Amino acid sequence: MLGEGNGSMLIKKGAYVRIRKNILPPGKRAKGIPEDTTKVPFKCWIKGRLLEEGELYEEARIQTATGRVVTGEIKEVEPRHKHSYGDHVDEILTMRETILREAWGDDDEKL
Amino acid sequence: MMMRNYDIEGLLRRKNSIIKKSVGLDYDSFEYDGIGFDYEKMMESTGYSFADIQRLQDGSMVGRTPLLELKNITRYARKYAPRGYGARIFLKDEATNLSGSFKARRAAISVHKAKELGYEGVIAATSGNYGAAVAALAAKHGLKCIVVQECFDSAGLAQPEILEKARACEAYGAEVVQLSVGPELFFTYLDLLDETGYFNASLYSPYGIMGIETLGHEIATEMKEKYGKYPEVVVVTNAGGGNLTGTARGIRRAGGKDTAIYAASVNLEGLHMASDKDFNRKSFTTGHTGFGLPFATNPDRTDVPRSAGRPMRYIDRYFTVNQGSVFFATEMLAVLEGLERGPAGNTSLAVAFKLAQEMKEDEFIVVQETEYTGAGKHHQPQLSFAKKNGIEIRFGKPEAEIPGENIVLPKSARDISLKELDLDRIRSSYLKRYRDQSLTDEDYRYLADELRVDTEKIKALLKEMKA
Repeated sequence: MLGEGNGSMLIKKGAYVRIRKNILPPGKRAKGIPEDTTKVPFKCWIKGRLLEEGELYEEARIQTATGRVVTGEIKEVEPRHKHSYGDHVDEILTMRETILREAWGDDDEKL
Repeated sequence: MMMRNYDIEGLLRRKNSIIKKSVGLDYDSFEYDGIGFDYEKMMESTGYSFADIQRLQDGSMVGRTPLLELKNITRYARKYAPRGYGARIFLKDEATNLSGSFKARRAAISVHKAKELGYEGVIAATSGNYGAAVAALAAKHGLKCIVVQECFDSAGLAQPEILEKARACEAYGAEVVQLSVGPELFFTYLDLLDETGYFNASLYSPYGIMGIETLGHEIATEMKEKYGKYPEVVVVTNAGGGNLTGTARGIRRAGGKDTAIYAASVNLEGLHMASDKDFNRKSFTTGHTGFGLPFATNPDRTDVPRSAGRPMRYIDRYFTVNQGSVFFATEMLAVLEGLERGPAGNTSLAVAFKLAQEMKEDEFIVVQETEYTGAGKHHQPQLSFAKKNGIEIRFGKPEAEIPGENIVLPKSARDISLKELDLDRIRSSYLKRYRDQSLTDEDYRYLADELRVDTEKIKALLKEMKA
């Protein structure tokens, strides 16, 4: 969905994007929250279709799945799901071996 | 302009009117003159009987999940129990619900109510299974749905489990609004309710809690019919308190007056739930003490004026378990029973495994839920995410686990250990806010109901606090 135009990367109207919006700057966070959290902005991310041609990291309007119109900075075009089943974790394999050995083996503490 | 930069004070001033418009219940009508309110009156205000709830759930393909006996896990637990001990362990396989968790029971009622009242859509604030449940049920009823998630820390990192939930909500056609760490989520939530006029599908409304009563009712009824008695113990994973409240009410409704209700939470002591830094240093996004304890000591810290989830009215004993033991239980369920289920739902399984060893072998202990598993929502991505965030994963004694620093996996099932919380300490923290207040007899009676003790005990706890 990325297109060329005047040297910058234009994103076509109708493209599915993820936008980001700053809601509260660091100094304006709610009272009584931990100090580390007060030092960072409160932000929001929403996905939808672009209502007009836009550029990455520039402000644009999108229409969300419920039909709302939201404005924010374009963060990602055709966002992919980044979660997975993760890397191999050897400790899980060790647990599995332990469980099978203990459960099916004859080591009964009462024997 | 949509998603304006709202001002917190303005929203707070209008909070009550926004909430009132979005839930279809007049909470003021339940209030007593003093500190309390009429809980049972609120629970009866939904306009639904228990039979209605069952009918609505049947119509939505929710509930009537299988109750399974975990014979291999029971046999395993008995290896570490004295002769004649080791209760039979049963499990209510809630993952088989529409959307993969017991949360569909709550959503079925809330979404139906929204439809009945003529709302165009529903909104729920949740990073957990409830989002997928509301989204799935909204899809079924042809309503629009927005799910608001606390999702990313300031480095842009999100728990794999939360990302999976966002994906599931989208799959059911919902709009997902993802937010940074922080309690300001509530203001965004209010702002969205205000903007859209959608129904507030709160986890804590009477609809949400009544929806879970069927879960407890099914456990008690099925056990009684099949085995001739109610279970001695039902273990419930506890976070916001709704799961426990609804289950306990359902068991009592079915006649299980003597069934003990045990709460189970993952121990996350020391981690601050609103801290940007701590957010991704835990491996559980629910079922943990970071929700369990604050909601037990102050159930009304929710998105409705009075929460219908009031766990201290029902808890008999409260246990915590470490993250490593829950991952161990998750692995056990998969390799011994052929049930691959999500970790958070197995908190009560880890607790039941240990408690069964202290119960007689002809007694029954029921693990009251499971949840679906999938990419992100699985112990492997959760443990590899923890490793990437600098959390040490090792084997050892579960008591040595320091939440946010390490995850200690038991090196044998023998080592799974629990910590029992002192309910009087929880009661005292609940009562703290009334320490300097003069209370009427009605107030004392209310507090006695809330904390399941007599008024003399309330007075003694308050007196102890002043001393």
